[in-house]
Amino acid sequence: MAKAVVEASIPSDAGRVWRRTAATMRVIALYGAILLLCLFILMPIGWMLTAALKPDTAPVFTFPPEWFPTEHWHWQTFKDALLNPAQPFLRYALNSAFISLMAIIGAVLSSSLTAYPFARLQFRGKNVLFTILIATMLLPGPVLLIPQFLIFYRIGWYGTYLPLIVPWFTGSAFYIFLLRQYMRTVPSDLDEAARIDGAGYWEIYWRIILPLTKPALTVVAVFTFLATWNDFFGPLLYLDDQNQFTVALALATFVRRVGTEWNEMMAANLLSIIPVLVVYFLAQNKLIGGIASVGVKG
Amino acid sequence: MAVSLRSRRPEHAATARATTGRNARNEERAAYLFLVPWLTGLVAFLVIPLGWAIWISLTDQRLLVDGQFVGLDNYTTIFTNDPVFNQALGVTLRWVLFTTPLFLVTGMFLSLLLNQKLPGMNVFRTILYIPAVLSGVAVGILWLNLLNPDLGAVNYLLYEAGVDNPPYWFSDPTWAMPGLALVGLWGVGGTAVIYLAGLQNIPPQLYEAAAIDGAGPLSKFRHITLPLLSPTIFFLLLTGVIDAFQMFGLAFVLGGGADGGPANSLLFYMLYMYRKGFQEGMLGYAGALAWILTVIGLATVWLLFKLEKRFVFYETQ
Repeated sequence: MAKAVVEASIPSDAGRVWRRTAATMRVIALYGAILLLCLFILMPIGWMLTAALKPDTAPVFTFPPEWFPTEHWHWQTFKDALLNPAQPFLRYALNSAFISLMAIIGAVLSSSLTAYPFARLQFRGKNVLFTILIATMLLPGPVLLIPQFLIFYRIGWYGTYLPLIVPWFTGSAFYIFLLRQYMRTVPSDLDEAARIDGAGYWEIYWRIILPLTKPALTVVAVFTFLATWNDFFGPLLYLDDQNQFTVALALATFVRRVGTEWNEMMAANLLSIIPVLVVYFLAQNKLIGGIASVGVKG
Repeated sequence: MAVSLRSRRPEHAATARATTGRNARNEERAAYLFLVPWLTGLVAFLVIPLGWAIWISLTDQRLLVDGQFVGLDNYTTIFTNDPVFNQALGVTLRWVLFTTPLFLVTGMFLSLLLNQKLPGMNVFRTILYIPAVLSGVAVGILWLNLLNPDLGAVNYLLYEAGVDNPPYWFSDPTWAMPGLALVGLWGVGGTAVIYLAGLQNIPPQLYEAAAIDGAGPLSKFRHITLPLLSPTIFFLLLTGVIDAFQMFGLAFVLGGGADGGPANSLLFYMLYMYRKGFQEGMLGYAGALAWILTVIGLATVWLLFKLEKRFVFYETQ
């Protein structure tokens, strides 16, 4: 068997040349395909940037379309979009940032608080509660929507950020599960040693487990940021006053106004995705790893 | 500490210890204190709403007016006398049936491409993943312009390529959904990256062994890649179907709000629910709609798990 392979891999001169050409062609074809796909992704974003960099006097739609900015570099459009008194996107961005920040604090704190006993402590009812936790991941969101809305409405939270923030402070099943899995990999000698030194459970959680869980907590923070910054349905249901709008809600509302200034709209749209892109580039390995590990391990 | 915290039988150890030492009682009390926020949320935001959801769907609850019990009226109306419901369900089912396989297959091809060992692949992976982190609203606004029937860049390219009457996309009931699928394809990098993780988990020795046995690329794909990737495919299928059933933001922007596009061609189920519940204020009716979607969704998930037993290969088998 091995001999046959060795013989087969000794090529004639002509064969070697042919094979090298075939390999080169293959690499060229692969790069060609990938570059085409990258263009498919980047050209729309480039078009958006080009449109955003045009002054009000230049038409956004041109024939042929301009995929990348060459002629106009009117950065003023971004400033106009941020400060337009009729629809100040700076304001909406700050609103979104506030909600995201609160949600991140809530998600990281509450999910890790819940994950800790499931990962490290013994108590009666643990298995039942853990099964319930997993079951809540399968609960259909649409069914809960209306009663949740009525509850928030009746306690006077409609028109405030509370319905968009407070639920994050009660833990989210997926994050709890993720953190519990991660916490189980922290060596238990560490908490036992701390307990011998007289540390309570809170101290162990706060001083040992939390710092060692940082990579997983980062994943939770990034996911929460993306989920809240990109959220549209929640703000659509609960926010009423235009001054409270989030970026996504404002964009979706103003895009349908008659007489929209498209250069300004594109600038606002670009601004709305910049924080997401920054977070993505900073955290991409953790992010992709986090999503992928869930997918692969099921 | 005779009992390891990661003991294989924690519940047994727990009950044994819980009945004895003070330490165990302390541990239990501490555990429940840690669980207070989650348990509160569980009751307030899940258990109570879930129970209430059943009741609401049996009433004529309005947005600001308390409802009266009407029995199964909402459900009978939906099934016998609501053509818009049929339209919304049809739009959603068509979307689930056509685009889930489309995204699964294109995502897989893309991941096979990204899995080639070539310099610069990480950069390409990063670029192709970008659309997956953007919000449906942002993506929708961008493509609303690119797919503008008269002025949009896509139709310009089609025109240049010799298409005399390029589609009217979101102004044409026939082309609205294919347009939406095109926008969905733009974000298929998200699917590809998850495939990629699955591909990179396949031991390279398997391919080497197959090469020695004289297997060609197609046969390697069929007998090694596909079976070992099947858990990933199943995961993507499951999450893809669930997401597809709940399509909202993107369709909201591209279909002109809860209008649902021309001739309701983009009236996804969640949009119809939103229209009924929060625009027309018929929360009881919308509650019944939610239960029907849930039952259809759960039945689909159940069916998929049935199929999993037959088609998904796990290494432990």
